[in-house]
Amino acid sequence: MHRTGELYGQFQTLEQQKETASLGMWVFLVTEILFFGGLFLAYTINRHAYPTAFGISGNMLSLPLGFGNTIVLIASSFTMAMSVWSAQTSRRKAVPIWLIATLVLGSTFLGIKVVEYKQKFDHHIVPGQNFDVTYCSRNQIACGLSDKDFADEQKEVKEGIEAEAEEAKKRGAANPEEVGAAALNAHAQLYFSLYFGMTGLHALHMIIGAGLLLWLIFEGFKGRFDANYNTPVENIGLYWHFVDIVWIFLFPLLYLINRHLA
Amino acid sequence: MSTAPQALQGGEKLPKEHYLNATYGIRSWLLTTDHKRIALLYLISVTFFFFIGGIFASLIRIHLLTPGGYLVTPETYNKLFTMHGVAMIFFFLIPSIPAVLGNFLIPIMIGAKDLAFPKINLLSWYIYLVGGAFVLYSFATGGLDTGWTFYTPLSSIYSNSAVTPAVIGIFINGFSSILTGLNFIVTVHTMRAPGMTWMRLPLFVWAHYATSIIFILGTPVIAITLLLAGLERMFHFGFFNPAYGGDPILFQHLFWFYSHPAVYIMILPAMGVISEIIPTFARKPIFGYDFIAASSIGIAVIGFIVWAHHMFLTGQSTYSAVAFSFLTFLVAVPSAVKVFNWTSTLYKGSISFDTPMLYGLGFIGLFTIGGLTGLFLATLGLDIHLHDTYFVVAHFHYIMVGGAIMGYLGGIHFWWPKITGRLYPEYLARIAAIVLFIGFNLTFFPQFILGFLGMPRRYHDYPPEYQVLNVMSTAGASILALGYLLPMIYLTWSMRYGKVAGKNPWPATGLEWTTDSPPLTENFHETPVVDWEVYDFVHRPELGLQGSVSKKPAPAHGDD
Repeated sequence: MHRTGELYGQFQTLEQQKETASLGMWVFLVTEILFFGGLFLAYTINRHAYPTAFGISGNMLSLPLGFGNTIVLIASSFTMAMSVWSAQTSRRKAVPIWLIATLVLGSTFLGIKVVEYKQKFDHHIVPGQNFDVTYCSRNQIACGLSDKDFADEQKEVKEGIEAEAEEAKKRGAANPEEVGAAALNAHAQLYFSLYFGMTGLHALHMIIGAGLLLWLIFEGFKGRFDANYNTPVENIGLYWHFVDIVWIFLFPLLYLINRHLA
Repeated sequence: MSTAPQALQGGEKLPKEHYLNATYGIRSWLLTTDHKRIALLYLISVTFFFFIGGIFASLIRIHLLTPGGYLVTPETYNKLFTMHGVAMIFFFLIPSIPAVLGNFLIPIMIGAKDLAFPKINLLSWYIYLVGGAFVLYSFATGGLDTGWTFYTPLSSIYSNSAVTPAVIGIFINGFSSILTGLNFIVTVHTMRAPGMTWMRLPLFVWAHYATSIIFILGTPVIAITLLLAGLERMFHFGFFNPAYGGDPILFQHLFWFYSHPAVYIMILPAMGVISEIIPTFARKPIFGYDFIAASSIGIAVIGFIVWAHHMFLTGQSTYSAVAFSFLTFLVAVPSAVKVFNWTSTLYKGSISFDTPMLYGLGFIGLFTIGGLTGLFLATLGLDIHLHDTYFVVAHFHYIMVGGAIMGYLGGIHFWWPKITGRLYPEYLARIAAIVLFIGFNLTFFPQFILGFLGMPRRYHDYPPEYQVLNVMSTAGASILALGYLLPMIYLTWSMRYGKVAGKNPWPATGLEWTTDSPPLTENFHETPVVDWEVYDFVHRPELGLQGSVSKKPAPAHGDD
């Protein structure tokens, strides 16, 4: 990825240089898959182990915000693809415009994510000392729930505790009710550890992507990217699509499984 | 014994211009993108960590001289073996051959001017330094006592030592490995000179290609694993915490998914070095080139599916234990292919016992012992007895010290004339190699017996019955230390006072020996064109070997 698109010293031809950069990016994305892979594995195993707690916890996420973010991110992939296409077809002026659109959409995603995270703090479902999965079933106003949602929430937590108590009874616990409540809270905390770990890592990738986009926009306004030289746009585009695809997996796993629309 | 190496016949001069004198000043080194200079920067930094790890090792051995543990407290002892492991594995063994020799040689061996991404190459060195700084900070502020394996929940909840900075340091350092592996893979794919086909690549390059596959597929997994353990420690997330229903065994699975292949990161490049040394000093094409190349890839692939043999005693299901035991036996096959091919190369060769060859032969013997004892441990019934004993310690030191470090030192000696343009004192170097071999065996062979008798690893104390063997081991360690100090001294000395080596002092067949010693910054005066088969001594009259010109057409690889 050279600023001017001229031949770098270690290469013989421009084709070789371009092929090298592109291969490098693909290899990097392979490592990224493995990087997220560890988290997905941890998620899968625990989802299998604690379906009740994970189902209830998944229901506590905001579907409209998550769904909205998915749309935003898919749109940003489209604008990113358009900027690559513009560069490849030498539409020099269009390149930075599409890139700015991508950056705006990416920032929107991060903004919505901030709102969501804030909500989790308000609802006491951030892992740590004050984690309390039953908080919203007891504090209607603090969680901003309608009467109906509040009733649903109470019902669900009650059923969750019962299910965990059932498990505890099978293991021969002396006071299954108490153990069940504690287990639900613990397993929900595990879910939210994974939620924050996975979405946090994804958000970090988005932030890095936004930084790269800023640089591309800056270079794009100089009219640097055209059919002859567009490697950075293409490679950062690959990265951006990769980060989108990660979200495409995160959204159903975290938000949709066991979601029951009331 | 063959004729004396060319350089000893005198008359060689250093080239006027080379990568060492192309530019001067501290900036020209710290901001260099020349793979050869970056290799030297790595050489200095990994040597630094080798000595840090070595100091801890010495303290461990002195402590174990007597039963009862008088030198340090049990807590300090825990920290000593942990810091020994962390420094040696993450900051010496893993980067040693790839980042030093691989960095220096791969572009020259394939006829390129540099690696594909020279700036990323420099970046990876800086990442290594930052990671190293975090780890040194951890060492300096009390050290850590979790063992290099960082098993949860000890590392994430219970340990009161400086685990967090060490975990951050190793996490950061992982990206240095990833970038090095990425650079090598892309370089081998796109930067080869005309005529340098895949089947003409030196086996050193094949070995590094296989290593790089592990780098890019394995290292991200250890990065995320340590990140999760770190998050658990810092923010009370619950991934591996049983109190939240998390599974500590999951940590072990993820950890060994990287850390078992990491063993092959350490040994594969050393195997690559040996595959260069053996044909050179047997004056014979390597036997079964294709098989050695393929076995490197085979080890990298199968190495990824054997990890749970570290966990036979965690209560995993019998079926999975049997499967992992079988797969572990399977991964021994490509390693054995290499050993058989090296010995077949020696057969009827014209062998000379130069220093690199001594290391090479030492490697074959020690690696064979280390590899075969690995099979003892892969045997389910026996592993119950040997698990977490000194037998395991001896086994992996035979692989890592007897294998990887022998290979590393052999490679350093073999290519030292190329790196510095000068020869080391041969006589002294042979003595050092022999001292090392004796010291190594005296240190670690008694540990096999100790382990078999039942002495557990990681204990600061032992019953008096074990003292004789422990004294032998400590005595060996002091000889071993001498064996490491000697090359340090004479190699440094030779940089200024050694005999000038010339292009190809051994002579060897690789492309790197056709350019100046030390090479130009661009490696070659003009882009080389390769029109000879790999390891072919017969059709290379310029090597100056007797009977080198032949009318026969070029033979197939390997068997001549």
